[in-house]
Amino acid sequence: MNDMTPTREAREARLEGMGCKRKRVEDVRFTQGRGTYVDDIKLPAMLYGDMVRSSYAHARIRKIDTSKAEKVPGVVAVITAETLKTVNLAWMPTLAGDVQMVLADGKVLFQNQEIAFVVATSLQAAADGVELVEADYEELPVIVDPFKAMAADAPVLREDLAGKTEGAHGKRDHHNHIFKWQVGDKSLTDEAFNRAEVKIDELLSYHRTHPSPLETCQCLASFDKIKGELTLWGTFQAPHVIRTVVSLISKLPEHKIHVIAPDVGGGFGNKVGAYAGYVCAVVASIVTGRPVKWVEDRMENLSTTSFARDYHMRTEIAATRDGKVTGLRVHILADHGAFDACADPSKWPAGFSNIITGSYDFPVAHLCVDGVYTNKAPGGVAYRCSFRVTEAAYAIERGMDILAQKLGMDPAELRLKNFIRREQFPYQSALGWEYDSGDYATALNKAMAAVDYAGLRAEQKTRREAFKRGETRSIMGIGVCFFTEIVGAGPSKNCDILGLAMFDSCEIRIHPTGSAIARVGTKSTGQGHETTWAQIIASEIGIAASDIMVEEGNTDTAPYGLGTYGSRSTPVAGAAIAMAARKIRAKAQMIAAWLLEVHEDDLTFDIDRFQVKGVPERFKTMTDIAWVAYHAPPPGMEPGLEAVSYYDPPNMTYPFGAYICVMDIDVDTGVAKTRRFYALDDCGTRINPMIIEGQVHGGLTEAFAISMGQEIRYDDMGNVMGASFMDFFLPTAVETPHWETGHTVTPSPHHPIGAKGVGESPNVGGVPAFSNAVNDAFSFLGSTHIQMPHDAWRLWKAAEKLGVTG
Amino acid sequence: MAKINVTMTVNGEEVSGLAEPRTLLVHFIRETLNLTGTHIGCETSHCGACTIDLDGVSVKSCTRFAVQAEGAQIRTIEGMAEANGTLHQLQESFRQMHGLQCGYCTPGMILRAWRLLQENPHPSEDDIRQGIAGNLCRCTGYQNIVKAIQHAAATLNGETIAEAAQ
Repeated sequence: MNDMTPTREAREARLEGMGCKRKRVEDVRFTQGRGTYVDDIKLPAMLYGDMVRSSYAHARIRKIDTSKAEKVPGVVAVITAETLKTVNLAWMPTLAGDVQMVLADGKVLFQNQEIAFVVATSLQAAADGVELVEADYEELPVIVDPFKAMAADAPVLREDLAGKTEGAHGKRDHHNHIFKWQVGDKSLTDEAFNRAEVKIDELLSYHRTHPSPLETCQCLASFDKIKGELTLWGTFQAPHVIRTVVSLISKLPEHKIHVIAPDVGGGFGNKVGAYAGYVCAVVASIVTGRPVKWVEDRMENLSTTSFARDYHMRTEIAATRDGKVTGLRVHILADHGAFDACADPSKWPAGFSNIITGSYDFPVAHLCVDGVYTNKAPGGVAYRCSFRVTEAAYAIERGMDILAQKLGMDPAELRLKNFIRREQFPYQSALGWEYDSGDYATALNKAMAAVDYAGLRAEQKTRREAFKRGETRSIMGIGVCFFTEIVGAGPSKNCDILGLAMFDSCEIRIHPTGSAIARVGTKSTGQGHETTWAQIIASEIGIAASDIMVEEGNTDTAPYGLGTYGSRSTPVAGAAIAMAARKIRAKAQMIAAWLLEVHEDDLTFDIDRFQVKGVPERFKTMTDIAWVAYHAPPPGMEPGLEAVSYYDPPNMTYPFGAYICVMDIDVDTGVAKTRRFYALDDCGTRINPMIIEGQVHGGLTEAFAISMGQEIRYDDMGNVMGASFMDFFLPTAVETPHWETGHTVTPSPHHPIGAKGVGESPNVGGVPAFSNAVNDAFSFLGSTHIQMPHDAWRLWKAAEKLGVTG
Repeated sequence: MAKINVTMTVNGEEVSGLAEPRTLLVHFIRETLNLTGTHIGCETSHCGACTIDLDGVSVKSCTRFAVQAEGAQIRTIEGMAEANGTLHQLQESFRQMHGLQCGYCTPGMILRAWRLLQENPHPSEDDIRQGIAGNLCRCTGYQNIVKAIQHAAATLNGETIAEAAQ
């Protein structure tokens, strides 16, 4: 070696591989406004589509008159359910095994439901057309409250299901019932409750909200009549699934459908599903022979495409007097709106809500979920969480706090006492999951130390006494949350969407000069895959991340994948990427052995090269090997250096975290101020710490929004309240707290690189941390549970009810 | 509806086009001028994705008509980097401090930050948070956006700042 030889450290640094805080490659275009989002794409002769929507939440439609709209200059066509019936598309299947109207067919079932689609030569002409479509309604009684949906005399919402006593998930008990889903041992659980020394029983509601990415849902459909091919650009988190869905419902052959998800301005679950606007744009393009663009406005986004949550969870915990949990019994009433369009894997009508035993060693548990129809928009998507995990984490984490209060125990101490211990992993939960790994006590103790938990409790004690003496009007809450997520859907044995196993995929091609392209079946909506996927490959095969281009979202070029949601990209596609890279490394090793005239086993891989064991100066870099693979491969070997991997994960991954929130609430105004928020996350192996931290900040901010004010509300008539940013709470930089982060690393034992996924953890853990802080603040005044969202008005009402307002 | 010819200076260049009186400025910028870096997030003035600089103030271009911008001096995100491709310090700082994720709010956020720094070259954290309160971001939680603006301000002032994004 001489002075010109780069050190191992220099070679490693050049790769910018796993663990590196690599700056994002996406940012070069995004900071210059040079991203390409769907609405940035314009095609010659393109038309603009706009929706006519229902004013009523439940009404029969006697007549739709489109004649005036059709006369508007610039309007080219008006599509209604009658038009769609000619191509058998008035209704479409949902991901949850139900069907839903594309455009209103005879009646409407929620406010702002799609009635007609106006297509025009300009945005303005389309809007003029929308104004002139006239619908004649006959109002029907409305169901908004899910607790009234199954009353004997409740109005029939889904007349199309008349006489159907079986749904996609078994027996229906009532005309507004969708499914009953049960898991766990009921009799053993009932027995545990009969024997219990201490019990809690609380209705914990997780209100309806919305993912609300800054870019709404949109698409551009272009049907080429000559070739019989459809190109569909769209805001799709799962472009391949969209291609298959379009093929199945349109009967166009799948190879003649080109689905492209360009840059996507945030998803958070909103962009998983297939919406009426997409179907209408496709049909309109076929009918008119011109490209048709459909862009939702914000009100349409908030009120129609995919709400989240709306789970009402009666949560019971049985325990011993000294605080050992002995049983968990939960009944969930799930409000799915007018159509069951939840975006869950097919066999999971309530998602993975059976993760509800959380981080605790419950010997027995039982969960029962009833899904019902109401006159609200369909959806039920996983808003920045794995399927219904957020709801489950909320129930168990609030439940544990309520139990601690009843026992007179510190909530952190109760958690430490009941944790699944490190040596119990892999752990079989009472509700059927195999937790892969965890070290919960270490994480919680680290978080408690970081915030001086004992000091905070001492301060709280002093301040409560001062409050009682009338010396302050402020109450202090400390919210503890310890969550376990279940992400990485999922193993083909139990996870599919429309029958498609939930694998993911990667194809890597190394070019002759030693750079590479990797194509992956996922789709970044802001997570920075172009940056992080290259880091995995860099570490696996020794090509610098800056020499690897990552491409996603084009179904013609990317291998089939199930997309990005439920924190599945790193657990599933991240594994596929590592496995594809390892196939390349294996072939590269054969080439290196031939070049160095040694046996393959005599080589060792060192950062960016294969070197002869014990003789490090004899080596071949990946660049050398790439050239040989295309120039003069070893005799008998296929030329080229590329690989594809489809990864079927053997298990889910189970990220976890310990969050602590400190809050001060003014009882006279209900204004809550977050003094401190500490989030410790364990997502296994960390690919890019900078991006992880950014994801945690963002997820915590969404959790803050949801718990402290964000809500999609309806009045008794089914009018959607809060369907604009005037009313729907999105925090600004002013309200948003400062975030402190920390981590532990417990690698997943079954994942090729040990990574678990992180993007959604802060939303899952953040909401209970905030809500526990609020409830902890009020607990000494005799309050057990205050429902979310905890906006100032509701907190003031809570204080008033407790008789402590001024 | 009859169209009116509108002329304005955008990123230092005089441009003109036809617009209906009701055409929003943001639509004129995106559809007529083909400058698609200015985004639309709400069309109700709440989100700030459409923020541009107009005659020396930050303006949400979804809440102006194109015809109201007759004769205006406008800067959009496309006018931030130098002609040779060198990024403006704010653009560079957003990248360095991980001040963006999906990139949708970024152009508006950068244009707003630029005007903020014109008015206040030494903003405190609170000044920055108040100053960008009209611009919503759904991805970052703002913390690294604030750091990016602090980083840009310090760099433009010739000060050094420790790397903020971990």
